[in-house]
Amino acid sequence: MDWFFKFPQLSPELLLAVTRTVDGSLRTLTRAYGDSIEAFFKPLFYFLVFIENMMSNAPWPIVVFAMAGIAWIVARNWVAVAAVIGTLLLIGLLGLWLDTMKTISLVLSSTLFAIAIGIPLGIVMNRFKNVAGVMRAVLDVMQTMPPFVYLIPVVMLLGIGRVPGFIAVVIYAIPPIIRLTDLGIRLVEKEVLEAADAYGCSRWQKLWKVQMPLAMPTIMAGINQTIMMALAMVVIASMIGVQGLGLNVLQAIANQYFTQGIFSGFAIVGIAIIFDRISQAYGRRLQKHRGAGRD
Amino acid sequence: MTKSDASIEIRDLYKIFGNAPKHYVEAVRNGLSKADLANKHGHILGLNNINIVIPAGKIQVIMGLSGSGKSTLIRHINRLIEPTAGSIVIDGRDILGMSELELREFRRNRTAMVFQNFALLPHRTVIDNVTFGLEVRGFDKARSRETGMRWIDRVGLLGFENRYPDELSGGMKQRVGLARALSSDASILMMDEAYSALDPLIRTDMQTMLLDLQMELKKTIVFITHDLDEALRLGDRIVILRDGTIVQQGDGQDILLRPADDYIQRFVKDVNRGRFIKVEAVMDEAPRADSTSLPRLKVSTTLEVAAKELTNSPYDEAIVVDVVGKPMGLVSLRQITAALSATGETDRKKVELTLK
Ligand SMILES: Nc1ncnc2c1ncn2[C@@H]1O[C@H](COP(=O)(O)OP(=O)(O)OP(=O)(O)O)[C@@H](O)[C@H]1O
Ligand SMILES: [Mg+2]
Repeated sequence: MDWFFKFPQLSPELLLAVTRTVDGSLRTLTRAYGDSIEAFFKPLFYFLVFIENMMSNAPWPIVVFAMAGIAWIVARNWVAVAAVIGTLLLIGLLGLWLDTMKTISLVLSSTLFAIAIGIPLGIVMNRFKNVAGVMRAVLDVMQTMPPFVYLIPVVMLLGIGRVPGFIAVVIYAIPPIIRLTDLGIRLVEKEVLEAADAYGCSRWQKLWKVQMPLAMPTIMAGINQTIMMALAMVVIASMIGVQGLGLNVLQAIANQYFTQGIFSGFAIVGIAIIFDRISQAYGRRLQKHRGAGRD
Repeated sequence: MTKSDASIEIRDLYKIFGNAPKHYVEAVRNGLSKADLANKHGHILGLNNINIVIPAGKIQVIMGLSGSGKSTLIRHINRLIEPTAGSIVIDGRDILGMSELELREFRRNRTAMVFQNFALLPHRTVIDNVTFGLEVRGFDKARSRETGMRWIDRVGLLGFENRYPDELSGGMKQRVGLARALSSDASILMMDEAYSALDPLIRTDMQTMLLDLQMELKKTIVFITHDLDEALRLGDRIVILRDGTIVQQGDGQDILLRPADDYIQRFVKDVNRGRFIKVEAVMDEAPRADSTSLPRLKVSTTLEVAAKELTNSPYDEAIVVDVVGKPMGLVSLRQITAALSATGETDRKKVELTLK
């Protein structure tokens, strides 16, 4: 009756062998191709450093002004602009300016990247039904996987630093934009598509003139979610050497720096709110043609 | 503005919805009913042995209750739906043989469609909606705009060109839909219950506008409706569908005076007959050339008008004359009132009597 109380697991020798082989081959892989992988990602590294330097080295009034300007252009809403300025000034006063710039730069670059890859993938998912099944399964796994697990293969392949952090963030944040692009295109009214066909649109014309513009509000919701997830992951990715506010939190946990942790936490919440409100306001502005007046 | 040269010939058309539609065509040809096909084989019979010849430059109305296959039929004309069997020849060209590219060209240049729920692009302004067909064809922007503005003016929407569809009322939206269809200058205009979503007054306006436009444009128009009044007002010819089958085909007089069965009878019952039946249909073909003192009515006079004229005159009979004024027959007030009140059975008998 022993098997009944103690789970009959595979023999420890076998498990050990499996673990060893997989880990070993991964390690040989890294050793053999490590340099070429690194070389491959070198441009990305420079790009990330460039963005980060640009944001950290720029005089703070210019950054505040630029962000307020972006908020205005995108949202056309004074409340949003005021919120952006207020939050940034508060963060600066708390001494978190540099860390915040690093975090924002990584969030922005990874979100842009996720959008650039995610929207085409969403279109592919919408167009090819058999691919869609596979993609949906993969996305399900990606979205249920605990974020820490993403870090393991990335670290094994690329070590610690900006690039692996960036990749982990992009992978973690990309599912919503893919899914909502697909959904947005699917939600376009059948009669409107019929009209597009009836007037002789080619597939591309239909996509660019009808489906994408009408899917845009849904896609914006996806972008919003992607930004939020990128921000969450940037904090977690501090464990693999990403600098910024996340690292502050990590240090605070390790050393029990209560106040530093709380301040950084608030800074993260602050930029989360900024990003969220701005992208939502933009989404609403895209919808202006629906319902009442325009500006 | 091209005059239409596009005649549409639909022959032996069948459409079956389901997984293996071709498999059941033969059975349907041999009389398998829609209900049996649905219950025993899980396929839906959309269209059953449709034969229609639509002459160029005429308005063909397709009528029938909900689910009778009207939308399915009209979508075959530009192949938005592929038939299961049959042939569709437009202006001598077999459209079922067209490649994807040829079909696209055909849709761009020869057909335009107006939809029941407008199907406007909500993210585009009125003018950008109207020029959509031209834009798809890659026309010069400035010239498209000019064409678009001309049609916007023609349908009475000048001043609204920079509004978005959601800022317009239903009637205005459908004007945009019509302007979009007209600005593409296609010879075939397809209107799938284009006016069904509009309220009665606006609907009458839009009908008048369509008739006015048709006088100068002479397009081949396929117009779908489930409203007999609308069908009689607009249609040069009318086809009545039921469960995907044609139950009657003819002009308005045919349908009103000789409804083929009870299904059509149900449509005919509620129609204001006086407004559509012509004196020609009820007169006695015995021209009394001597009675010159009697009032004269043209053959195309409706019963409504004829009754009014006779009541206002001292006579209770009138001579029916053709377009050049030659006497054709005699009609009495009694005959007119009988035809006005008659429905169905009695009417058919009466018409047979008059024909003898
Ligand atoms: N894609 C489809 N798959 C299965 N059945 C369909 C499909 N399209 C139409 N049908 C069926 O074909 C029949 C005719 O439909 P259709 O839409 O042509 O009717 P209609 O006369 O236009 O009705 P309405 O007045 O409601 O618009 C209906 O029984 C409908 O259920
Ligand atoms: Mg319909």
